[in-house]
Amino acid sequence: METKNDAARRGGIGHNGAAIAAIAYRDLLKFLRDRARLFSTFLFPLIFIGFLGGGMQATFGANSEYDFLAFIFTGVLAQTLWQSTAMGIVSLLEDRQNDFSQEIFVSPISRYTIVFGKIFGETLVALPQGLGIILFGILLQVPMDAARFAGLLATGLLAALYGGAFGMALLGFIPSRRAADQLFPFVFLPQYFTAGVFMPINNLPPLLNIVSLLSPLRYAVDLMRGLFYWNTPAYSDVVLFPPWLNFAIMASSFLGFMVIGTIQFVRAERNR
Amino acid sequence: MSPIIQVEHLVKRYKNSPTNAIDDISFQVAAGEFFVLLGPNGAGKTTTLSVLTTTLAPTLGKVEIAGYDLARDANRVRAHVGIIFQQPSLDQNLTAEENVRLHANLYGLYPFRPAFWLMPRAYKTQVNELAAILGIANEIHKPIKTLSGGMKRKLEIIRSLIHQPRVLFLDEPTTGLDPVSRRSLWDYLTRVRAEQETTIFLTTHYLEEAEQADTISILHHGKIVAQGTPAAVKAHLVENYLLVDADDRAALRQELRQRQIAFSETPLFRIDLNGVSAHQLLKTIDTPLTTVKIHSPSVEDAYLAIIQEHDDDRAKTNGN
Repeated sequence: METKNDAARRGGIGHNGAAIAAIAYRDLLKFLRDRARLFSTFLFPLIFIGFLGGGMQATFGANSEYDFLAFIFTGVLAQTLWQSTAMGIVSLLEDRQNDFSQEIFVSPISRYTIVFGKIFGETLVALPQGLGIILFGILLQVPMDAARFAGLLATGLLAALYGGAFGMALLGFIPSRRAADQLFPFVFLPQYFTAGVFMPINNLPPLLNIVSLLSPLRYAVDLMRGLFYWNTPAYSDVVLFPPWLNFAIMASSFLGFMVIGTIQFVRAERNR
Repeated sequence: MSPIIQVEHLVKRYKNSPTNAIDDISFQVAAGEFFVLLGPNGAGKTTTLSVLTTTLAPTLGKVEIAGYDLARDANRVRAHVGIIFQQPSLDQNLTAEENVRLHANLYGLYPFRPAFWLMPRAYKTQVNELAAILGIANEIHKPIKTLSGGMKRKLEIIRSLIHQPRVLFLDEPTTGLDPVSRRSLWDYLTRVRAEQETTIFLTTHYLEEAEQADTISILHHGKIVAQGTPAAVKAHLVENYLLVDADDRAALRQELRQRQIAFSETPLFRIDLNGVSAHQLLKTIDTPLTTVKIHSPSVEDAYLAIIQEHDDDRAKTNGN
C-alpha cells in the first residue's frame, strides 16, 4: 500500500517547488547571518559610487553632458547584482565538496531543482544589496522618482537572474573552486570596462567593440540604463541598444547559459 | 524475500586513474540486516558508498536498492535511503530545527514555510518529539554551533530518519566522537533499528562496532576479500587457543610434554585448541594453574589476518 510519504516522494511540482524555495531561503538566511559578508557586499559598491562616481562628477561632470554619478550608480548597481549571483552560483562547486550541501545532493530532487533553487537563492541575496545601493544613490541625490525606482528594481532582478545563468555556464567548465578563483579576475574584471560600468563605451575601437559585444554584463547594464534614462535628454548619449534588444539578447543567452551549464554540471557531478 | 541492496559486478574507475577503485564486486544485503563494510584506507569503501548513495556514477555493473535501479531511478533510490556522511553535513548557519525543516522540504514531507511557527502542526509535534529524544528542547532553535559533537551526530541520524528510509548508510559515523558519545549513539541506533526495522549499511574503522553485525564484508584494493557473519569470518581464518600458567612452571611444562600437548611459551603457555574444547583440555591437566585465558579471536584479529594474507599474496604475485 502506498503511504503518504511514498506519494510525496514521487517528486511532483509541489515537492520540487518546496525544495527550490527551501534551497533559496537557506541561501538568504546564510547571507543575512554572515555579518562580514553583509558588510563587504555593501561596502564595495558604496565606495565605487561614492568615490568614483562623486569624484568623476566633480572632476569631469561640469564640462560634460554626462551625469557621472547617475551613470556609475546604474552601472555599479547592475554589475553588483549580476556578479553577486554569478559568483554565488559558483559556490556550488565548494558546496558539493564541503559541508552540508552533500545533504542536498543526495535528496530525491532533480539536479535542475537544485540549480534553480540556487539561482533564486542567490537572486534573493543580491536584491537586498540592490536595495541598499539604491538607497545610497538616493542619499547622494541621484535623480529618482517612482518609475525609475520600479525600473531599477525590475532590471536589477533581471540582472541578478542573468548573472546566475552566466555563473551556471561558467560552473560547467570549471573543475574546482581553486580554478574558479584563478579564472575569475579574467572573467569579471575586464567586463567592468567592456560593459561600460564606470565609463562610456560609445566610441570604442572596432576590436574592443567586439569584445564589448561579447560581454554579457554589457546588456544587463545597458538595459538598466535604458529604463533609468528613458525619456531624458541624456538617453541617446548614454544608452547603447534599445531596451527590447538588450532584453531579447539577455533572454536568449540566459536560456543558452542555463541549458549548457546545467547539462555540463550534472554530467561533471557524477562522472568523476 | 528479495534483497534490499543488490550489487552485481560493480566497477568504478576514476577519470585519469590507471586502476579500478572498485574492481568487480558483488554482494547482497537483506532487508533489516546490519551490514558492515570494512577495509583499510583507500580500499574503496567511500567510493562504494558514494555509488550506492547516487553521488557517483559507476563505470560498470548494476545496483538495485529497495527494488529500484540506481542508473534509471536515482531519485526513487534517494527517497528510500538515509545517509550519514563521514564529514558532518549539518548547515552551521542554520539552527537545529532549520536543518530538520530543510530536510523535510527536500524530501517532500511538508510544504515550505519560512518560519517554524508557520509549519503544519504535525511537523511541529514531530520536531518537539525529536528535541525531547535528543534532550535539546532548549537548543532546538539555537544555531548548530551550540551543540556538542555527539549531539550533532545524533541530530543527523534523527534528521536522516524522518523520511523513514528503508536503508540507512553510515560512513564512519563515530569518527572523532568520545567513547561515551559513541556508546550513546550506538544505543540509539540499536533502538531505532529494532523499532523501525531499518537496514543499516555501515563503514567503520572501529572494528568492535562490527562485532554486532549480521554480515561483514572486507574490501581490499577494490575487491571483496572476505564476507560472512562475524563468527564465520573469524572461524575461517583465526585459531582459538588457551593461555595458561602455573606457579610451578617446570612441572606444567613437563606435564604438557608427557601428555603430548603441543604448546609454545609467550611467556604464558599457549596451547592451540585445534577443535578440542577448552574444558576438555583443562580436564587433562593436573598441575595447579594460576592463569587460564581462552583467546577468542575478535573481528579485528580476523580483519588484520585477512588483510595481511592478501597483501602477502599480492607481494608474491608482483614478485613473480
